[in-house]
Amino acid sequence: MESQKSSNSANHYENVACPFCGILCDDLEIGPSGDGLKVLKNGCAKSVAGFERPLAEPNPQVDGKDVSLDEAIATAARLIRESRLPSFGGLGTDVDGVRAIMALAEKGGGIVDHALSDAQYRNFRVLQSSGWVMTTLTEARNRADLFIIAGSDVHKLHPRFFERIVCNEASMFSDNPPKRTVVFLGEGLNESAVKGQERIGEVVTLPVKTERIGEVLDAMRALNKGATIPGNDIGGLPRAAVDDLLARCKAASYGVVVWAPPSLGFPSAELTVQAISEFVKDINLTSRFAGLALGGNEGAVSAGAVCGWQSGFPLRVSFASGKPDYDSERYAISRLLFAKETDLLLWLASFSPDLTPPDTDIPTILLGTPSIKPARTPKVYIPVGTPGLDHTGVMVRVDNVVSLPLRKLRQSKLPSAASVLEKIEAAL
Amino acid sequence: MLIKLTGGKVYDPANGVDGEVRDIFIENGRIVSPEPNAKVDQEYALHGRVIMAGGIDPHSHIGGGKMTIARMILPEDHIGNEVARTELTRAGVGHAVPSTMTTGYRYAEMGYTAAFEPAMLPANARQAHMEMADTSIIDKGAFVMLGSDDFFLRQLAGKADFSAIKDYIAWTMHAAQAIAVKVVNPGGISAFKFNQRKLDLNEKHTYYGVTPRDIILTLARGLTELGVVHPLHIHGCNLGVPGGYETTLETIRGSEGLPIHLTHIQFHSYGTEGDLKFSSAAAPIAEAVNANKNVSCDVGQVMFGQTCTASGDSMRQFVNTRSADPKKWVVMDIECDAGCGVVPFKYRDKSFVNALQWAIGLELFLLVNDPWRLFLTTDHPNGGPFTWYPHLIRLLMDKNFRRDMMQKINQDALKYSTLGSLDREYTLYEIAIMTRAGPARSLGLVDRGHLGVGAWADITVYDDNPDREAMFTTPELLFKNGELIVRNGKIVKVVNGGTHVARPSYDRGGIEKSLKRYFEDYHTVRMDNFRLSDDEIINGGRGSLIIQPTRARAA
Ligand SMILES: [Zn+2]
Repeated sequence: MESQKSSNSANHYENVACPFCGILCDDLEIGPSGDGLKVLKNGCAKSVAGFERPLAEPNPQVDGKDVSLDEAIATAARLIRESRLPSFGGLGTDVDGVRAIMALAEKGGGIVDHALSDAQYRNFRVLQSSGWVMTTLTEARNRADLFIIAGSDVHKLHPRFFERIVCNEASMFSDNPPKRTVVFLGEGLNESAVKGQERIGEVVTLPVKTERIGEVLDAMRALNKGATIPGNDIGGLPRAAVDDLLARCKAASYGVVVWAPPSLGFPSAELTVQAISEFVKDINLTSRFAGLALGGNEGAVSAGAVCGWQSGFPLRVSFASGKPDYDSERYAISRLLFAKETDLLLWLASFSPDLTPPDTDIPTILLGTPSIKPARTPKVYIPVGTPGLDHTGVMVRVDNVVSLPLRKLRQSKLPSAASVLEKIEAAL
Repeated sequence: MLIKLTGGKVYDPANGVDGEVRDIFIENGRIVSPEPNAKVDQEYALHGRVIMAGGIDPHSHIGGGKMTIARMILPEDHIGNEVARTELTRAGVGHAVPSTMTTGYRYAEMGYTAAFEPAMLPANARQAHMEMADTSIIDKGAFVMLGSDDFFLRQLAGKADFSAIKDYIAWTMHAAQAIAVKVVNPGGISAFKFNQRKLDLNEKHTYYGVTPRDIILTLARGLTELGVVHPLHIHGCNLGVPGGYETTLETIRGSEGLPIHLTHIQFHSYGTEGDLKFSSAAAPIAEAVNANKNVSCDVGQVMFGQTCTASGDSMRQFVNTRSADPKKWVVMDIECDAGCGVVPFKYRDKSFVNALQWAIGLELFLLVNDPWRLFLTTDHPNGGPFTWYPHLIRLLMDKNFRRDMMQKINQDALKYSTLGSLDREYTLYEIAIMTRAGPARSLGLVDRGHLGVGAWADITVYDDNPDREAMFTTPELLFKNGELIVRNGKIVKVVNGGTHVARPSYDRGGIEKSLKRYFEDYHTVRMDNFRLSDDEIINGGRGSLIIQPTRARAA
């Protein structure tokens, strides 16, 4: 890859894209440190943990015993061949990894689903029922004068979001851009990144229980249409605060509502996403506004996109009949495992050792980073490299528009998940 | 291996061949002229069959995030249209927005060997190419969108040196691995982000102070001087607006003789006569196209049924959301670069407006004289899925069939169109121009779209069936680069197509000096990562690059 040149010295890289959260920051500088790597510039807790993880190259295993890669692959292929309904989950991988899992799932007649699909479906359900107006990271970074952070502790999922998108100094449209208002709508959200920042004018805190954010947005939508709402309390907020927020939205030249579906972990949270989206749609009749959904770590966005373009459906597709069969409830792997409707789990986690497979007595084939510690010994374990660290790759960013090339930064014998999956498919 | 196609009727307009019975020889993937007694290894007896080059679709939305949004938004449209995996082909779905692999199979099954994605946003180029890489068999290429991106608009507003503007256009083509440049609602996508709701040809953008006319002229002139073969591909202002035909005429007049391509011109040919203030203005548009040799166009024919409109024109698509059917839609502002709007749509034959749209498209086909400057498209999936092409071809070749179809639609609509008075029937030669030779010439594909010696052997063989819809639905044979891919409408071999690109020369060091800084200050992606490398297209053999020549750069 053209951009793979190192600068200064060997193993010193600039403009490195980080695959360890969905934002895919690509301004990292990474250099050598002893046997490993060090994030020299623009690191965050997630990127440091990911890139500085020491290299380990364990052997593949069958039933906990070291075997050759070929033997592990042959065993995996046999298990898939003998399986009645295999499921292909986790999907913590890059675009080529998802492509390979799709081909394998088709040939093996199985089901594909990502580990974070429950969260993604809070968005997909809205996309499939009513849609939305969305923006992307660069657009928000340069254009927004109002950010509403809805019920999401963005910092936990994306440590540099505020630094890069909200508190940035420069704007395309002004040498001296207007100060921004940031509204935290929710409870216990970390506001430290915006407090006292040059670029930020006001920080408004509206303490709302996460489950009631939808009520606030629905009310604002109704008020914007001229409806009257009785009472002095809306979603637990004083009505004046809601009126004030609506006034700010109407006055904004470009407002952005930010949410991260993984943070909305309560029943029917898609209704909250829908309330946000419908409010944003309506206010666009007079002024400009957009949503910006975050989350999508562990390759979730790449998995949804590739499955979308190859099968026509977002995840939770079964190929048991040979045709793509889509059911967002029935083909959730967590449910299939619980109901014992699947008899084999292939779990793929190539970024974080924390993305362990569900604790199940169903035989498991694990393709995981070397430091992964599953609750039970998998039937087959094949250590795989991390895209953007051990091999090249591409990932789709959290805004579903931009994708970034990932580089190989160190010499390792760890195979890519895609190459292992292709070999399993060939052996089927 | 020498392959001989014996005794077919050859329609090869690029070489002036109109239905002559000729033998065609293939060797190493190309069409050759062998020694008189050369040993033929394989022969296909094709007496009475019609032979054309592989079809080339110059405007079909097959790649890029907006298509995947369209796929994901409409699961109900896929139901009943699922396609099972076979030993040879992958699973997928069909209809309005087919999945990527299925798209490739369907094009090949229909005798097509290339399709071009006309609206690739630079910021989304990597994904567009990944989707196209997963589109089986056919070659592809993409037109990169410019004209609502901040860098270009600030160059224009700041009266930048014209050679720097050209360098930026060329840089973007290289960075996005494009073959041509498209402008969509020139400046309008950007204006919408500043809350401007319309932007007419001579109206100023509130922030940059430039007009769509400035944008079109700069890009058209820039591409001409860069030597890019395909002229500026223009999706004009006021798409779908009654009365918009005047803007279209003004765009033609304002092109100052520079080569321009007006895309899905059907959507830009609406008048305001009648009770519903919606009428056909196909006649004046066709007249203007006939009179201005610098203009080419494609139709964007509307076909009845469910589809999904997907466009970079977020400004116009936001207005169209009122007609979304089913009622759901996505509009996006993208990276200070472009935008998109995905709006499902159902064209109904009994609807006055939809029936008139259908009629306007056919009128344009029948009133524009020169098929070399008019290409057959449905603006897939905007006017309808590309799988309608055989039906559309029959509508153009068979006036009795056309009359029958006219009986079935809203009759009031016909009163506002001249369609009923048009008797023209397209010939096979003209169809071959519109679907192969013309697009190839327009896009600068030197060894595709024709059957002369040296061309790549992309060849479609049809049964000469008087039912032209049946004929074009199921070709007997399709060769891609000399390999037999389809037999009797069924895939017999799957290959990976290549990606056509054009690479005009430019001063990379100069433009990248400004761009590097610009990306670091404002963007969320670094310049080096924004640019797609050749290796990403090739991706270990998943794809390949076909670099088409450009003319010499002027100044
Ligand atoms: Zn189009």
